[in-house]
Amino acid sequence: MKAIEAAGGAGAPRTPRAAMRRRQVREGLIEAVVTLVALTGIAAVVLIFVFVAREAIPLFTDPEIAKEVDLGRMFLPRVTRAGRPPGFIWQPVGAIPKYSMIPLLLGTLKVTIVAMAVAAPAGVAAALFTSEFAPPRLKEVLKPTIELLAGIPSVVLGFFALMVMATWLQTAFGFSFRLNAVVAGLGLALTIVPVVFTVSEDALAAVPRSYREASLALGATRWETAFRVVLPAAAPGVLAAIVLGFGRAIGETMIVLMASGNAAITSWSFGESVRTLPATIAAEMGEVVVGGAHYAVLFFIGVELFVFTFVLNGLAAWSVRRLVRRMSGAAA
Amino acid sequence: MKRIRLSLGAAGLLAVAACLVAPAAASAAVTVKGSDTMVILSQRWAETYMKKNAGKKIQVTGGGSGTGIAALVNGTTDVANSSRAIKADESAKVRDRFNVLPVETAVARDGVALYVNEANPIAQLTVAQLRAIFLGDVTNWKEVGGADSPIVLYSRENSSGTYVFFKENVLGGEDFAASAQTLPGTAAVVNAVAKERYGIGYGGAAYAKGVKEVKIAGKDGQAWLPSAENVKSGKYPLSRPLFMYTRATPAGEAKQFIDWCLSPEGQAIVTQVGYFPIK
Amino acid sequence: MSVRSRKAVGGGFALLTGAAAALVVLMLAVILLDVARGGAGRLSWEFLTAAPSEGMTAGGIFPAIYGTAVMTLVMTVAVMPVGVMTAIYLHEYAPPTSRLAAAVRVAVTNLAGVPSIVFGLFGLGFFIQFVGRGLDRVFSEPGTLRFGQPALLWASLTLAILTLPVVIVATEEALRAVPRDHRDASLALGATRSQTLARVVLPGALPGILTGAILAVARGAGEVAPILFTGVAYFLPDLPTSPFSQFMHLGYHTYVLATQSPDVEATRPLLYATVLVLLLLTFALNLVAIAIRTRTRRRAAAGH
Repeated sequence: MKAIEAAGGAGAPRTPRAAMRRRQVREGLIEAVVTLVALTGIAAVVLIFVFVAREAIPLFTDPEIAKEVDLGRMFLPRVTRAGRPPGFIWQPVGAIPKYSMIPLLLGTLKVTIVAMAVAAPAGVAAALFTSEFAPPRLKEVLKPTIELLAGIPSVVLGFFALMVMATWLQTAFGFSFRLNAVVAGLGLALTIVPVVFTVSEDALAAVPRSYREASLALGATRWETAFRVVLPAAAPGVLAAIVLGFGRAIGETMIVLMASGNAAITSWSFGESVRTLPATIAAEMGEVVVGGAHYAVLFFIGVELFVFTFVLNGLAAWSVRRLVRRMSGAAA
Repeated sequence: MKRIRLSLGAAGLLAVAACLVAPAAASAAVTVKGSDTMVILSQRWAETYMKKNAGKKIQVTGGGSGTGIAALVNGTTDVANSSRAIKADESAKVRDRFNVLPVETAVARDGVALYVNEANPIAQLTVAQLRAIFLGDVTNWKEVGGADSPIVLYSRENSSGTYVFFKENVLGGEDFAASAQTLPGTAAVVNAVAKERYGIGYGGAAYAKGVKEVKIAGKDGQAWLPSAENVKSGKYPLSRPLFMYTRATPAGEAKQFIDWCLSPEGQAIVTQVGYFPIK
Repeated sequence: MSVRSRKAVGGGFALLTGAAAALVVLMLAVILLDVARGGAGRLSWEFLTAAPSEGMTAGGIFPAIYGTAVMTLVMTVAVMPVGVMTAIYLHEYAPPTSRLAAAVRVAVTNLAGVPSIVFGLFGLGFFIQFVGRGLDRVFSEPGTLRFGQPALLWASLTLAILTLPVVIVATEEALRAVPRDHRDASLALGATRSQTLARVVLPGALPGILTGAILAVARGAGEVAPILFTGVAYFLPDLPTSPFSQFMHLGYHTYVLATQSPDVEATRPLLYATVLVLLLLTFALNLVAIAIRTRTRRRAAAGH
């Protein structure tokens, strides 16, 4: 009714045009508000970086803090006991605080390696099975079940790793440390597998049916199709899944806090306890005095974590974009 | 749909505004933060005190002595529990921010016990041996008279007063061995040592359940267990007072609570929990 | 290779990948069973409604349940309007080549990847130190800290930012599920864009939006790292009464009981029961969300 009136134009009375203008103004306002609110997403990311970095800046600008810690002390070996060779020590509380990042970086890396070594193959294999080999009814049950694993809070997985898995693993492998990189890594794998699974499965499902049909029509078996046609086609997406899992593993806090032993050891042995970057922040932040050197260093670790995951996310996104470009050429 | 969201948003805003104007109910509660060694004691005190005085509120959190003192400096707690003495620079920070010096009140005595697994044959150690073990110089039990197996060290997080006490009084200020696993609470240390055949850990004497306490020999050469009389008389080398710190002399609700903790009723609870009364 | 041996290898691979899937499901089952076995004995109405006593070795976990509920409520009130409107912008208003929309999407993806502990640092550095202390400078007597302290409000807002991507993704999926024909028909009849949104699209997308809310709540109930230094406490005598009180939380309670409880053997049944409650809660929420999502997806597939 209104549309006909509006289209009426010159012959129609004045009021509808004024009403239409009022409506347009209102529409413009609503769109402006919605757009503004959408900017919160960008604002959030920017603010996070700014306010975490803000508390870490005194490391470089405050002379008092620079006396206690600087980049050299954080990354280069130092002599900590008279007569002993220089080493990497993280002991921020003491007469002479020591802030080497190396044991923390190493610890984070070890735990992540263990987690990815288990979660990547398991997640991708499970996704492959669900997407290519499972009958449709099994698929409908399998997907939500594995997604349910994603819903388990990490504190519960940490609890499980601490109370149950640590004892199993110690009786199985005879570790001298009950809580070590392997226990924490396996606990971590439990939370990474659903991430790798979901994203890989989406990537595999996005491969057009025509690829599979063509391959089968040419005489390939189901698994040959899966491995030689579908998987390579979905490879960028599967890669993105693994990269996302890696990023998640680096940043995960609770599982590692509870199950890794939290010892800042600099070594490549996986059977020893480790101290990771996120767990250090969680364990020590409650203790620090606002504005001190220890406080600034912990925020600096936060900046490091933010940058790592930012870079990894960029990589994953780029990989997915390549997948989309590849797929968009083919017929659905 | 939009209407529901708008009204929810408005309600939320109103609630926040109301709390900005209304006096904060939270300020009537006494906040107690800090030492994990003291947290069960503090909780028992709080529970009993609140039962006897309806309407009073005491809020207790752990986190370690360092956390408590940091909270005192940051202004986020009324009372800081600490199992170590406040440091000079921490006092200075309180003075710089609040123009008063923190006041120390000793409320109980504790002995830092050394726990080993019940299957470990070791029965006593000297302070010098402890130092060597926790510095990482001695790494095998056979070097101190035990079985031929590597020593697994359990320590506390650096926010713990017990950690600082041990570092200063046993290690002479030097660093713990890097291989010492750091656990967030005394109970976690006990739990770990109870499960670890070749483990050794330290913590408040009140927590020792399921593990064996080692006799410690100090300067006088005699080895003592952290029992009530050994700790009170000072014979046990690792005895220490437990403190409550406040900004300036305790006043108002906080003073009433601390006074009650020092009363015979409060000190009876100290013995119940497993520590030793201050007198 | 002969067809038979190729098929055999294929069968082998199917078995291998199937074993991987089975292993994952098995781990899930083991965790559930272990928690149920350890905690079911302690679960009772009294456990759910009483407060902890005797130094956390007896009593119940009601304050933790209440604290979790209130905090997720405040978080949901904060995150839903922002998340839904962002999704509306991305899906309904933004032109396909808009650089702003692309920037928002990149920001949201990055937000989803930020480690939860960094959110905790952000909550401390922004909400408590910046916003809170700023409010104190204006509204409180000098020297007192009423707003610049860990509190329910700051923890909820921190979690709201953490769950923003969840809501945005779920809402966008819901908007996509509404058939284009519905929008086109509405616009053809002369309705404005906002009218179409309010009366046609949003009601149709409601189940998906609800899914987003439910998933956000499930996340909020389980995340512990962001609230560690922004508002949670171990033992509070009272239930939180104002947005500036501290609160207890199921996830944090689990962490403390598992690592710092005064008597490990005595609190073990309580610990298991707490974990069971937390698990049941998050599972129930996730299952409902998944059910709604599956139904919506099926409806969308049929409608297009």
